[in-house]
Amino acid sequence: MPERLRADLVLEYPFTRTTGPVIGGFLTGLREGMILGIRRSDGTVLCPPTEYDPESSEPLTDLVEVGPGGEVVSWTWVDPPRSQSPWDQPHGLGLIQLDGADTPIVHGLLVEGPSELSVGMRVTARWRPEREGHIADLEGFVPEGAVR
Amino acid sequence: MRDIAVVSAAQHQQKALTHTTEVELMVPLINEARGAVGLTQDDIGFTCSGSSDFLAGQAFSFVHTLDAVGAVPPISESHVEMDGAWALYEAWVKLQIGGVDTALVYSYGKSSPGSLRDVLSTQLDPYYLGPLWPDAFALAALQARIMLESGAVSEQRLAEIAVRSLNGAADNPRAVRSSAEATIDSILAEAPIADPLRPSDCAASADGGVAVVLAAGDRARELCERPAWIKGIDHRIDPHQPGVRDLTRAPSAQVAAAQAGAGDDRLDAAELAAPFTTQEHILELELGLGADTAVNANGGALAGHTMMAAGLMRIADAAAHIHDERADRVLGHAASGLYLQQNLVCVMEGE
Repeated sequence: MPERLRADLVLEYPFTRTTGPVIGGFLTGLREGMILGIRRSDGTVLCPPTEYDPESSEPLTDLVEVGPGGEVVSWTWVDPPRSQSPWDQPHGLGLIQLDGADTPIVHGLLVEGPSELSVGMRVTARWRPEREGHIADLEGFVPEGAVR
Repeated sequence: MRDIAVVSAAQHQQKALTHTTEVELMVPLINEARGAVGLTQDDIGFTCSGSSDFLAGQAFSFVHTLDAVGAVPPISESHVEMDGAWALYEAWVKLQIGGVDTALVYSYGKSSPGSLRDVLSTQLDPYYLGPLWPDAFALAALQARIMLESGAVSEQRLAEIAVRSLNGAADNPRAVRSSAEATIDSILAEAPIADPLRPSDCAASADGGVAVVLAAGDRARELCERPAWIKGIDHRIDPHQPGVRDLTRAPSAQVAAAQAGAGDDRLDAAELAAPFTTQEHILELELGLGADTAVNANGGALAGHTMMAAGLMRIADAAAHIHDERADRVLGHAASGLYLQQNLVCVMEGE
């Protein structure tokens, strides 16, 4: 009787992927509790940073620290929270222009209700204690001066 | 350049196609579009479709839908993971290259089995935006507040656009949201769904499909009494990250319109695929539409938005104005991505 051939089948996704020096730099910064933007040739700073200038397409390399304070450029209220999001309570979603940056970043606004939100209000970053290099290492932004 | 025209179209849209598969949806539409000009699949030189695996929940889902076309004997075929308007663009390029004189273009979307406003998060970049799962209404609300606070638009104007859609859709059997009675006051009385957006600011989600037949030169004249000749077609894209864009504008729409020659002559009608009133307002400005252009006469995408087909449906609607001799020069528009990131403009004329 011929020998029966046998091979195990393991379903897997055997790839790893690097996020590169810019996005990877930003994510590593988050792990360290630091928010990074990137400087364009005209001196303005993009946050979150992109690998290429969105207008001129030139490569960007000069990461600079921004925040952790900033100003709310726009906001809305999310209730109920979306099931796959990092937030399990009703929360604000905002465009937040961090100090030292010239473009706003999208993130959560952690307040009790929409009446506490306004355009131009000052906020500051709130960090998760355990961080892994992920956008949700930032728990969100809270009004400046709020008890942390 | 070859003269290429839309010679026929068929479409269907309803709130939810619960017990209908994509194949069952598309068989009658493809038969209707081909049959209206007396063609079978043997007469079609190129076939191109648009749909999304993220809605179907299955890789290469479009392959199943080829059963609705009839792919035996083998056909020349392609697919885009985009709104069908971009499939039409690919077919237009194929016809320009030559060798074929007819093309079948179709697209479809069934978003009712899931929550589209959340599924749309999968179109966002996977590092900064996607992992936060910001839903489509909340992201649109961020834009709306910037527009309102900067004076780029007023609540009154947004309500006017909502009323235009609701009233215009009253006699449209394919609209899934309509009201002959809606007024600006009734819109402004709605409670926000994503502050400051009201429910009527957000397009009514729908399931549906559309099929279009294109033909070149004399073949188009043989097939159709009054072909809708594509005089200009162009598509452009803006950066993805919302922070680097002026959210009160859609520069790519303006460039696409200029490249398609939209402003070269009077436009009788324009059909816009804007998923929000805010974005319909931006498009009217960027496309340079004046008071003499009828915009979304039958309600447009706000009255029923089929993901992956809303743009091709607008081109079909615009072409119908020419086929029915209601207009001589029209514009069809399609959009894709966050905040009208990508825009396609198709200008058509009758003879």
